[in-house]
Amino acid sequence: MSLSNAEVAKVAVLARLRLSPDELGAYTSQLNAIVDYVAQLQELDTTGVEPLAHGVELTNVFRDDVRGPALDREQALANAPKRNRTSFLVPAVLE
Amino acid sequence: MPEPAMTAHRLLEQMNAGATTAEEIASQLIKKAEAAKTLNVFVHLDPDHILGQARAIDARRKAGQPVGPLAGVPVGIKDLLCVEGEPTTCGSKMLKGFKPPYDATVIARIKQAGAVLFGKCNMDEFAMGSSTENSAYGPTLNPWDASRVPGGSSGGSAAAVAADLVPLALGSDTGGSIRQPAAVCGVVGLKPTYGRVSRYGLIAFASSLDQIGPFAHDLKDTALLQAVISGHDPRDATSVDAPVPDYVAAVAQPLDRPRIGVVKEFFGAGLDPEVAAAVEAAVKIYEKAGATIREISLPHSKYGVPAYYLVAPAECSSNLARYDGTTYGHRAEDFSPKYPGEENLPPLLRMMMASRSEGFGPEVKRRIMLGTFALSAGYADQYYNKALQVRRRIREDFDRAFTEVDVLLGPTSPTPAFKLGERTANPLAMYLSDIYTITANLAGIPGISIPCGLTKSGLPIGLQLLAPAFAEETLFRIAAGFERETDWHLKRPHGG
Repeated sequence: MSLSNAEVAKVAVLARLRLSPDELGAYTSQLNAIVDYVAQLQELDTTGVEPLAHGVELTNVFRDDVRGPALDREQALANAPKRNRTSFLVPAVLE
Repeated sequence: MPEPAMTAHRLLEQMNAGATTAEEIASQLIKKAEAAKTLNVFVHLDPDHILGQARAIDARRKAGQPVGPLAGVPVGIKDLLCVEGEPTTCGSKMLKGFKPPYDATVIARIKQAGAVLFGKCNMDEFAMGSSTENSAYGPTLNPWDASRVPGGSSGGSAAAVAADLVPLALGSDTGGSIRQPAAVCGVVGLKPTYGRVSRYGLIAFASSLDQIGPFAHDLKDTALLQAVISGHDPRDATSVDAPVPDYVAAVAQPLDRPRIGVVKEFFGAGLDPEVAAAVEAAVKIYEKAGATIREISLPHSKYGVPAYYLVAPAECSSNLARYDGTTYGHRAEDFSPKYPGEENLPPLLRMMMASRSEGFGPEVKRRIMLGTFALSAGYADQYYNKALQVRRRIREDFDRAFTEVDVLLGPTSPTPAFKLGERTANPLAMYLSDIYTITANLAGIPGISIPCGLTKSGLPIGLQLLAPAFAEETLFRIAAGFERETDWHLKRPHGG
């Protein structure tokens, strides 16, 4: 298959990445090269093979629903790129 | 300072005998690190803080108070392990100035063991790379040849040990990021079984593959650090609640006629002849020491790299979604529409897109793009799910092999350290650096790289041993059998 610039631009928005027209061109050709390379997986018949998400397969791990220590407000805000005394600040979400 | 063999166990002996102090060791290493600055091994090093830790340990030791198994030993820390209040950048501009509010579990454990946290070691950005050239803070140079890379992504950790700037270092291995730099820097590097070491506080790249592990000059030191960091952690649900064997004791055990499988597929096209010769010589040494050698086939090995380059980017695209310029990390100052189509996007979205584009380097963006594509509607089945099915086939190869042999053997890296810039233009060529290491991550099994030779031009060569899940003890025993017969682990850059 071959991905077009427009398809890669759509992926960039899904990935929340702003790409310049030059970057878009470069990533399109590099992604196509990688996608061609990984296409060799299709030659293997994997009908009925259970996908393996983790090498060491653990079943669900449960713990009691007990509240543990948490960061206080100041610690949580300490690395914020923009903040006021109590909150993270972001650009307007509603018009 | 004992040179050339600066090992943690020798330093501990000397400190316990009163022949030196943690402060003396730390201050000498700080000077040495200063002198070796051109290697660009450390992205953060705070002499006062290091000396403060060393003095505190010395005081405890002097007062006869109990000290831990690493008391006073300096340990280099890959810059993706969170250390409370210390800069932790993950090799990225995205996390420039980030100071974690808590310690990773491995950090808490080595602190508890009395280690002196030395510097934060350089790495490929977000652990994506095989050369440390993807660091936002410049490449690390290989101490054996400064025109060459130290491997990656844990290149700073491997180079720190190779250059004797620290006796021990921590790294992480997602597709070979401990074993490959260990091989090309001439040190020991262990990737433990997935789940053996808690990942809590490890900045995630690919959560089903990432595993933290040690670097050292020899197996005794490797075992010492591995013993400290191993074990169950309720904060990492994938850490396994199984007893931790005595790894240091395993190093001292006799070889005991192991069955060693030489992996047929690890000797194909692309393998450097000098690397092949060194590994074949290692096989002879094992044979002479009483091992039974047989050839083993892992028929799905060739699908390791393509399966990995779907699974790892898919997980990375999801893990790195958290860097959105909101609660921590880089935020773009200017996110007004810049390229066609952006004027239709809401300001919050543009802020996230601009922040991520400024904060991430090209390889990280490439993998986020690849992973987002592989998981996107209409393609997930064809790519991501297919890769997970192939992943099971790869694990089944290992399961079969380990019914016949105790460990598998082969080269760690197909070539010795390559030149800076040699593979940066071609992402696929870089990905093939991990061709022999990547399948262990997909299968979750442990692997170790130990020094096994030097090329004619004096570059280190690594031997890889792989074992069944949770058989690190076997790896230590069998690797130590080789170490006893050879002196490759005593070699130092520039004949030191």
